Amino acid sequence: MNTAENTHPELHEFPTASLTVEHVCKSFSSQNGVVQALDDVSISIREGEFVCFVGPSGCGKSTLLNIIAGLEKPDSGRALINGSPIEGPGRDRLVMFQEHALFPWLDVTGNVMFGLKQKPNLTDKERLEVAKYYLFLVKMDHFAHANIHELSGGMKQRVALARSLAPNPKILLMDEPFSALDAMTREQLYGDIQDIWRKRKKTIIFVTHNVREAVCLGDRVLLFSPHPGRIREEFEIGLPRPRNINDPALADLSRTITSALKGYSSEAD
Amino acid sequence: MKTLTQTLLFFVALIILWAGVTGDLAFIGIDCTLWSPYVLPSPSLVAQYLWDNTVNGKLPLSMLITLRRLLIGYLIGLVIGVPLGMLAARFHVVRNTIGILALGFQGLPSVCWVPLACIWFGQTEAALLFVVIMGTLWSVLLSTENGIRSVPPIYARAARTMGSSPLHTLIFVTLPASAPFVVSGMKQGWAFAWRSLMAAEIYVSVISGFGIGQYLHYGRELQRMHQVVGVMFIIILVGLLADKLLFSPAESWLHRRWGTARD
Repeated sequence: MNTAENTHPELHEFPTASLTVEHVCKSFSSQNGVVQALDDVSISIREGEFVCFVGPSGCGKSTLLNIIAGLEKPDSGRALINGSPIEGPGRDRLVMFQEHALFPWLDVTGNVMFGLKQKPNLTDKERLEVAKYYLFLVKMDHFAHANIHELSGGMKQRVALARSLAPNPKILLMDEPFSALDAMTREQLYGDIQDIWRKRKKTIIFVTHNVREAVCLGDRVLLFSPHPGRIREEFEIGLPRPRNINDPALADLSRTITSALKGYSSEAD
Repeated sequence: MKTLTQTLLFFVALIILWAGVTGDLAFIGIDCTLWSPYVLPSPSLVAQYLWDNTVNGKLPLSMLITLRRLLIGYLIGLVIGVPLGMLAARFHVVRNTIGILALGFQGLPSVCWVPLACIWFGQTEAALLFVVIMGTLWSVLLSTENGIRSVPPIYARAARTMGSSPLHTLIFVTLPASAPFVVSGMKQGWAFAWRSLMAAEIYVSVISGFGIGQYLHYGRELQRMHQVVGVMFIIILVGLLADKLLFSPAESWLHRRWGTARD
């Protein structure tokens, strides 16, 4: 599949962006009263940085991701991409969801083409070329015409990743993308996602409740605590790349972060 | 193959039983006639009726008239029902008004519209069409609404982040995602349309064309039970063929492609 190697100029562009979140608050009303999902959260993310949001469920990490994606609006505060405020969803920030969200009426290539078709200034032939390249990048080029329900969970997430990468966003937002997969599949994907991040130079925000996963992938890990949702601590991860999830140094660091996280959770109870 | 054998055997046995109790098997010495032909006509009488009237062109012509009415009424029902269902799925105000109206009218057998239809439109094609539309529209509307609301919201979210506009999302995401449900609704709508048309044709005689239901009606008037059973036979056949040739292949293709097949 060497034909899919970088031939199109589109594939030699590596757009990336910095991201700033300033004093964002967001609450939801539910049957049990008002839930403060985010309380005065501020962060700043560099261009090309890989940042992981970690915390227990209900800590607002997914809410923050949705605000950055433009799918939800903050009650107060704002989010900025390269200094300009985020008004709604946009192709510069693509989301990869926990469930694959692939469209079953399209085949694998059709799904990867969906986002590309929204992109002007490309001919259909060029789009197909770009789609092929990304399927090659996620190692799904042999399944280009498979139907979605014929794929395993891991393969579906690979296709979802290709679909998110194909329009060449500046920021990739990943919302617990591997949490429904088995351990073996996940380990392969940790390697692949690091490789893809190195090749495509994107800013990635990765939401997870798995500390070890966060330490394996992130340049920086932000710890969230619930009720109200806040960022409590952040850890720079200086381990050399590519990282292996089974590396002892990585395990040690994960243990430190996990105990910090447990401290916040017991505080909240 | 096994399915076909089972089905065939069952129907052959049923016809032999029917032939037995109506005296058709007397020529091989089995004669246990229970009812006179006025109560239950024999298979041979019915077959004779169907053959004669097919050859002389009466039944094919009436089929043509009936199917034309069915198709026009059904299509109008779809053209109104599907968009209204989409609106009901999208807007609360439509669901709370038209949606409830549809729920009520869906429970109303469409033959109940016949008296009003005759007064409003006279004994015309329009009266028949009206009854068919009333039978189709509401069930198509409700199943379209249900279908669209069953679409996982994550599809629309994913599409929006990829830069799809609301209209683009509706046409290229929500509609295909709801296709299996909408086709089931169309199938149900077809069944309702067929029932409604038969009821209407039995009750309303129209000068402009003698439909299949009207043959059933005159069979009753003239005590020609073999005609009544013959027409019933045709009605059943049309229903079966529409299901097996039109809707079932479409449904099974959709379920296979969408990954929702049951076997």
